[in-house]
Amino acid sequence: MFDVRTLSLVGGVLAILLVATSLGQRLKYSRDIGINPALVEAFNLRIRAWWLMCTVLAAAFLLGPASRVATVIVFFLISFWALREFITLTPTRLGDHRALFWVFIVFTPLQYLIVVLGVENYGLLFSVLIPVYAFLFIPARVAMAGDYKRFLERVAKIQAGLMICVYCLSYAPAILSLQIPGFEGQQARLLFFFVLLVQLNDVLQFAWGKLLGRSVIAPAISPSRTWEGFLGGVASTSLMGAALWWATPFDVWQAAGISAVIAVMGFAGGMTMSAIKRDRGVEDYGTLVVGHGGVLDRIDSICFAAPVFYHLTRFLFVAP
Amino acid sequence: MTSTLLAIVARILSGASVRWIDSQPDTVQRVYFANHTSHLDSIVLWASLPSHVRALTRPVAAKEYWEKGAVRRFMARTFNAMLIDRKDIKVHQSPVDMILGQIGHNYSVILFPEGSRNAEEQIQPFKSGLYYLAKKRPDLELVPVHIENLNRVLPRGEFLPVPLLSLVTFGPPMYLEQGEAKNDFLTRARDAVKRLKDL
Repeated sequence: MFDVRTLSLVGGVLAILLVATSLGQRLKYSRDIGINPALVEAFNLRIRAWWLMCTVLAAAFLLGPASRVATVIVFFLISFWALREFITLTPTRLGDHRALFWVFIVFTPLQYLIVVLGVENYGLLFSVLIPVYAFLFIPARVAMAGDYKRFLERVAKIQAGLMICVYCLSYAPAILSLQIPGFEGQQARLLFFFVLLVQLNDVLQFAWGKLLGRSVIAPAISPSRTWEGFLGGVASTSLMGAALWWATPFDVWQAAGISAVIAVMGFAGGMTMSAIKRDRGVEDYGTLVVGHGGVLDRIDSICFAAPVFYHLTRFLFVAP
Repeated sequence: MTSTLLAIVARILSGASVRWIDSQPDTVQRVYFANHTSHLDSIVLWASLPSHVRALTRPVAAKEYWEKGAVRRFMARTFNAMLIDRKDIKVHQSPVDMILGQIGHNYSVILFPEGSRNAEEQIQPFKSGLYYLAKKRPDLELVPVHIENLNRVLPRGEFLPVPLLSLVTFGPPMYLEQGEAKNDFLTRARDAVKRLKDL
């Protein structure tokens, strides 16, 4: 586990985080440089979230033989919390209560239990438990509660929450059980690479948008997402991915291509979640519930990118 | 020990964040009054207080609900609930006197002046108990509390909670003014709770 590649990847990230933290602190205490303090605050909050993410991932890796299970549990807790935020901000009716109970107490833990048991052994169940069985169960349970008002809309909201927060995110720890020939025992580094690239892409799209952004994609949804930011982000993320190819089982070209796909999916995730937030009239998923950082705001791009990253890697290396 | 554990479980289950607006946690004798939407209200409000305040605060709760079954009885004992039997109220033994007798000069009390839990979005008009309490003990600080989203965690008639997130907001203490009429005071108290929702 502690080979040179893992150490250099994690060490490099720690070094960048240290630099970013000191930069953020310096910006916070120097007022006369003409940078919007709100921007500095957002920057610092994001860095704090990364430290947390990094610490949790690193701690989960460090647990040795138990590390795979520990990582899956960490992702389960993130899913659970994100789903809480999602459903809290989604108006539900009394008739949805029992269906929601099943979603939280049965389907979410079950999905992650399958990941613990090994996606390679229970692959079919892993891919259909939520999109087939849960998706059929939810409308039936809501119907049994006897409230037909806005039935389809309510069912769709619960299904969307379960799909994005639980099903899609569970593909990230599933990377740990990918059986890639010649890459055994190193999957944790691949997961780290994936999370790192998604986060880098968020920043790069934001930075390119600030630098060159002119043509806003959908002003009503997100006034800060521009075509320039999107394309610049995709290009620079795929360069970063190519530069980090040594951490993965990919060659340079594969790494660049897969990173471009991660960037596009990350963008799609951010855009989708912005649309949901606009519809609910909130800025962040954390705002209704004061004191909680808004887990969903941090993981929206991971949720969208994880299934595609998993499938592409599997397609390239495991089964054609 | 058990009570700390119960408080932690209640906080985690209800995902409750706590805000104090123009108000501080304190061990002075207080009446916390809140909107009532779920059976979890009293326990979550109690759990939202810091432990040294919590130890001196007793929720008023309906006897017929909290004495049903061993689990509820155990919980009620753990959070030191003041169980009031609504059927047992007589002329010479009003609930206000029972509460005052039980809190003495140490305890604070949590109560829900709407009476029964309300299924509507609106906060119901307050019953008069809060007024008589304030009249008999003008030294008690009356602290308005707004509880949000707990009705979705455990709605009326359900027994299994769904772990969503909720919000408990404490407002600034208020008192019964000199010569303030009963209805004016009760409306003012209700508005004080309602106001916290949008802050």
